[in-house]
Amino acid sequence: MKEFQYTIKDACGIHARPAGLLVKVVKGYASTATLEKAGKSCDMRKLMALMGMGVKQGDTVTIKVEGDDEDAAAAAIEKFLSENV
Amino acid sequence: MQVGTGKSILNGIAIGKLKIYKKKDTTISAAAVTDTEAEIQRFEKAQAKAIEQQTALYEKALAEAGEDIAEVFNIHAMMLEDDDFVDAIKEIINGQKKCAEYAVKTAGDNQAAVFAAMDDPYLQARSADVEDIAQCMLDILQGVDTDSLQGTEPSILVAEDLAPSETVRLDKSLLLGFITREGSSNSHTAILARSMNIPALIQCKEISPEWDGKMAVVDGYNACVYVDPTPDLLESLQKRQQEDRKKQALLQELKGKTNTTLDGTTINVFANIGGMGDVGAVQQNDGGGVGLFRTEFVYLNCKDYPTEDYQFEAYKQVVESLAPKKVVIRTCDIGADKTVDYMKLDKEDNPALGYRAIRICLTRKDFFKTQLRALLRASAFGNVSIMFPMIISLRELRDAKATLEECREELIAEGKAVGKVEVGTMIETPAAVLIADDLAEECDFFSIGTNDLTQYTCALDRQNAKLEPFFNPHHPAVLKAIQMTIEAGHRHGIWVGICGELGADPALTEVFLRMGVDELSVNAKSILPLRKIIRSVDLSK
Repeated sequence: MKEFQYTIKDACGIHARPAGLLVKVVKGYASTATLEKAGKSCDMRKLMALMGMGVKQGDTVTIKVEGDDEDAAAAAIEKFLSENV
Repeated sequence: MQVGTGKSILNGIAIGKLKIYKKKDTTISAAAVTDTEAEIQRFEKAQAKAIEQQTALYEKALAEAGEDIAEVFNIHAMMLEDDDFVDAIKEIINGQKKCAEYAVKTAGDNQAAVFAAMDDPYLQARSADVEDIAQCMLDILQGVDTDSLQGTEPSILVAEDLAPSETVRLDKSLLLGFITREGSSNSHTAILARSMNIPALIQCKEISPEWDGKMAVVDGYNACVYVDPTPDLLESLQKRQQEDRKKQALLQELKGKTNTTLDGTTINVFANIGGMGDVGAVQQNDGGGVGLFRTEFVYLNCKDYPTEDYQFEAYKQVVESLAPKKVVIRTCDIGADKTVDYMKLDKEDNPALGYRAIRICLTRKDFFKTQLRALLRASAFGNVSIMFPMIISLRELRDAKATLEECREELIAEGKAVGKVEVGTMIETPAAVLIADDLAEECDFFSIGTNDLTQYTCALDRQNAKLEPFFNPHHPAVLKAIQMTIEAGHRHGIWVGICGELGADPALTEVFLRMGVDELSVNAKSILPLRKIIRSVDLSK
């Protein structure tokens, strides 16, 4: 399993648009990915659940990726986050 | 006449007949089904069709409103495929053996309630998106034709609420504006209306079915709607609408273009502002920067001397929102006709020639330094120039500059960020015109204040109505003074602008261009009309 943390820099947080794009990134891999924030977690393949996390600017989230292609998936997610939020 | 009030989401005027946009009653019965597999298939077909529709709406919105807005419909398409949402619907069909309509409505309402209950207003507004996609599927399942609701005449639509997909679907050539009882200014519908330039009023509680077919005006400036307006009101609002249209047309034609004459001379056209409230107008009118930021408001708005931090915030806000555009800030011009009690200035017999502006600043050094320190700190957040008003001698300019330098050194020693600033002299006294060569050697630019320059050159009090017959705004002496100033500035390689009322006088634009002026600073609403004139002048002829 791969795990990393990321702190949101974008003023709008993970709002609808980046959440939608993020789901697309995750769906491109076979691994499962979860996002955790303050004791709550969600499956990153699920758009509404991800939006429902209400991730805002300054929040630190923990991403856990598990599966055959976890290295590549984790790298892609990290890259997306750093470029978009 | 009846007046309805609400929240305006666009400053504009819509005039026309009201049309009640009535959705078909979509009461959903919880009909039981036996063949759940067939019902799941009905749902999946509706889901696929809804996704198709959202993709088509994406294309339509992309053409009408741009990428950012259109993306809403991509999100909708993804929401329609959301695993949790789809599972919840199938669970109701399979588990409760209910029809697809009931399942979609129930799952949609539940998910919408989850968003509505969140703390964040942005996420709360997303419940409208969930309701929208659920409604799209319901319309498909029930065979509702949503395109026929708008009618065939141009009208102002009146609705309980409008979903984003409904707003995009509307025929824009028939849509003059809309009024809804519900809705939030964060909703995608509001964002769409703004980007498509449609005047709209939301949260209007007065909406009534009796409005259907009546004449009305949506006044976006005052966030209200007049139903059956009086003829006088209608006429004045029609005028306002025409002005808006003229401005829009000018904006469409000239926005983003340079202020360049036919023979290739480009000058700056900047705006005169009095505070943060004017910054929007600078941007809307495509101002290249600010040529005169009057700082009097910080003094006039306070009951006691404004602190450095208070002033810093006020300047920073303006400078930061306009960055990287140039903002020329004039230091305190209190005195004469602008006075405040706490400064305890003596009553003078001849205030125009009295203790004012730089004269106060140079004798009350701490007062002056408070403003200069605030300005220097604000300069770290954008492109700031500082200019001193009412200069009549080189010594004054030197003293003001020395005080500025002192403040800069203090701030640097305190570890505070300070930007690079240009320092300019306002030319508004005949004395300054006559010594312009000396002044030009020691500053970075001139800005000619034509109001005071006219008053002092002609010895005419501009507040005295009796002097009207003697007043000639184009007095040759004033024009000659302007020309002398421009020439002196150019001899020393500095730029020269005009920031008084004459700068906006269309009859003089060509005259000033021929004199070689580098910048005109005017009221925001004069920027585009001046640009139009500049672009039609040929200086080689």
